[in-house]
Amino acid sequence: MLVRIAQGEVARRGPWLRITGPELDDLAHQAAADALVAITGKLGQFRGESRFTTWAYKFVIFEVSAKIGRHFWRHPTVPLDAEDWDRLPARFGADPAHQAEWGDLFAALRRAVDTELTPRQREVFVAIVLNDVPLDSLVLSLGSSRNAIYKMLFDARRKLRAVLAANGYLPDDSPRGS
Amino acid sequence: MNGRPALERFLRTDPRDVGCEQAMEMLHIYAELMASGEPAEQRYPGVAAHLQACGPCGEDFDGLLAAIHGGAP
Repeated sequence: MLVRIAQGEVARRGPWLRITGPELDDLAHQAAADALVAITGKLGQFRGESRFTTWAYKFVIFEVSAKIGRHFWRHPTVPLDAEDWDRLPARFGADPAHQAEWGDLFAALRRAVDTELTPRQREVFVAIVLNDVPLDSLVLSLGSSRNAIYKMLFDARRKLRAVLAANGYLPDDSPRGS
Repeated sequence: MNGRPALERFLRTDPRDVGCEQAMEMLHIYAELMASGEPAEQRYPGVAAHLQACGPCGEDFDGLLAAIHGGAP
């Protein structure tokens, strides 16, 4: 049953992955095997708040995510430390033909990234936003957790928005002005 | 297209966002409520806020919903 769920999940995600055929099936089998280990180890934590199968499927999904994250580094699209800031506007769909409309905004964003973020926040921002590294893949390369990386990016986003709003590049719609 | 709307959406944070750890802990409960048509977002607004903002957790949620609905082959 776990293999069937893992196969379904890799098939669902398949169109967005650079993994195909036997490799995809192998990934599903590995995810199911590791999920079984996780489920067995956490059986005592099941509190009956959902059906048992739903609780068990969750670990299959998590294992598929982790393995896909690991797979990214086998064929990375860009080095982790690359910094091609010219790509930043395109990452948000800005049309080069209308640079006059967005040039100042993205220049201000880059300045804020350099001056307002901590070195670790900047590293996470560059990897995820500029270099399009999947968050789960970054977790592996930094030896961190999904929660920690997300929180770091969350704080960076909040900081950058506040700076851009304070300088008139974005509307300040914070209810408490924070 | 000047990129401003997408950038605004990306930089906007929701203070109710519970983060990945709590969302992953609750994911089976939240997904089952959602699958059965219960108002999961109202009961767990912090989880809902997180799943909207976090790509990986949102993807896991979609996968779990698909598994519940028998989306596996």
